[in-house]
Amino acid sequence: MAVVKKGAGSITFKIVAYTVCIILTVLSLLPFVIMIVNSTRNTPQIQQHAVSLIPSKYLPFNMKVFSGQDFDPIRGFLNSLIVSAGSTALNVYFSTMTAFALVAYDWKLRKPFFTLIMAVLMIPAQLTAIGFYKFIFSIGMTNKLIALILPSIAAPTTVFFMRQYMIPSLPMEILQSARIDGAGEFRIFNQIVLPMMTPAMATQAIFAFVGSWNNLFMPQVLLSKPTKYTMPIMVSLLNGDIYKTEFGAIYLGLFLTVLPLLVVYFLLSKYIIEGVALGGVKG
Amino acid sequence: MAKQPKGISYAKYGYIFSIPFVAAFLIFSLYPTIYTAVLGFTDCKGLGNNDWHFLDQPFDNYRAVLKNKTFITSLKNTVAIWIMNFIPQISMALLLTAWFTSHTNEIKGKGFFKVVFYMPNIITAATVAILFQNLFSYPVGPVNDILTSLGIKDAAYNFAVDKSATRITVAFIQFWTWYGNTMIVLISGVLGISPDIYEAADIDGANGIQTFFKITIPNLKTVLLYTLVTSLVGGLNMYDIPKLFRNGGPDNATITSSVFIFNQAFMGSFLYNKASAASMIMFVIIAVFSAILFRVMRDEDEHRIEVEKKREKKAAKKAAAGGQSWQ
Repeated sequence: MAVVKKGAGSITFKIVAYTVCIILTVLSLLPFVIMIVNSTRNTPQIQQHAVSLIPSKYLPFNMKVFSGQDFDPIRGFLNSLIVSAGSTALNVYFSTMTAFALVAYDWKLRKPFFTLIMAVLMIPAQLTAIGFYKFIFSIGMTNKLIALILPSIAAPTTVFFMRQYMIPSLPMEILQSARIDGAGEFRIFNQIVLPMMTPAMATQAIFAFVGSWNNLFMPQVLLSKPTKYTMPIMVSLLNGDIYKTEFGAIYLGLFLTVLPLLVVYFLLSKYIIEGVALGGVKG
Repeated sequence: MAKQPKGISYAKYGYIFSIPFVAAFLIFSLYPTIYTAVLGFTDCKGLGNNDWHFLDQPFDNYRAVLKNKTFITSLKNTVAIWIMNFIPQISMALLLTAWFTSHTNEIKGKGFFKVVFYMPNIITAATVAILFQNLFSYPVGPVNDILTSLGIKDAAYNFAVDKSATRITVAFIQFWTWYGNTMIVLISGVLGISPDIYEAADIDGANGIQTFFKITIPNLKTVLLYTLVTSLVGGLNMYDIPKLFRNGGPDNATITSSVFIFNQAFMGSFLYNKASAASMIMFVIIAVFSAILFRVMRDEDEHRIEVEKKREKKAAKKAAAGGQSWQ
């Protein structure tokens, strides 16, 4: 390690650096603190002072505002859970399988196939939404959550990262010895390769899950029935006229939609940060 | 790369294991893309309408879109908001990267700051948009409350009708959600630079600022380019925040091209043909940028292979010299 230089410069540096970091910390946390505290306050309290750090007692009252409305956080939560869990499982399983095909076997179209995956890596689904919508509409699958799940089988980004991870960490000797023991290729993949890839799959699963959970565009295009709405569409309902005077309820609604994410983030933040550092996902 | 044993060929399993991906890609990705491209040349509009025909003048929709003032505004907004977000974002991320990777000045609590700065990125953008809408609400809202009680403003300000304030706020929200992510990517890029170079610089007496500009930045070129292109492609697709924060307003001040496409296709008179043409224009723009990224990443792969070859050669030389190294 280098020799640490101490002096006036170092102290100024520390004052500046910590000040900036603390300001940014406040900037990151304050909107959520205001949201959480205001979700326990009623409209007159918020109108008197919109910022407060002391929670009040109107949480149950604010909760009642939602009864009988289209905004249904539990429904939204369940729908989002179905879509996100389903698409994450398909995304990670089939991407690992595709990466395995690219790494473990020598086939003629392997290189062109990988080039194709690289080429479509950055093309956002959003741009082809109209064709996608017309297609889903023509087969009568709008308002069916499965239409949001199945496309995850082809996830170029996950394939790319699984391949990067698999190349150095999958010893071909193990496959050979499994073959000698008489295992078929599908059994090798499911019982030997998958368990070895679990750490990388977990990282990719977090990003696939969060990406799907936060997706607004595609669900908004495909879903028109309030009973099928996912969380981000539920949130957009809070813009409606019913809530114009119920400030506390809006904050509570927002809080309920981010609560699962906040819990997941504080449990898994270490892995999430590591995943981003690996060159994670950028939106 | 894998070597197959002579005798039984396993090549067919490469194809078999690729079938699910290829099938899903063809059905849910390629077919909709072609469909969208085709619709751009037709008169298809109206909800549930399946009776559409090709236009006599195939590029009429494209011409109409490129002449559409709202589309041009939306393109300008998209680029303007992206620039207003990206320049502060990359500057802040670089500054924090320099501080958090500094060899001479250790900052305590780095792990905590990373977790906190990244957090806004994981929160649903739809929620963030509506949260900020409420933070900026008028006449009573948290931001107005803070501004008046600190004496910065005499009376509450109606941000919702101010075009440039709204544009800046959207850019700020983008900045706020992404600088933590960019910082983490850059830090991991810096940690990938060989510590030997830093040690050499230290011995030569370089100070922190010199080290940062002469060593860190040049070695970070690929990562910076990666960040630039991915952010640009993401920025060109910006939808959630401008759509939900002020629904593209006031007076189209924050309408982005994605919001324009959505509004054309899925609201009002359901102009699928015009929206498809607009999508294809964006598609071409994004394809150009991702082609750049594709080249960069491929070059990096080649570079990595070269480095590995060199290392092997070095190791071979060392072995030849009797396995001793004097470094």
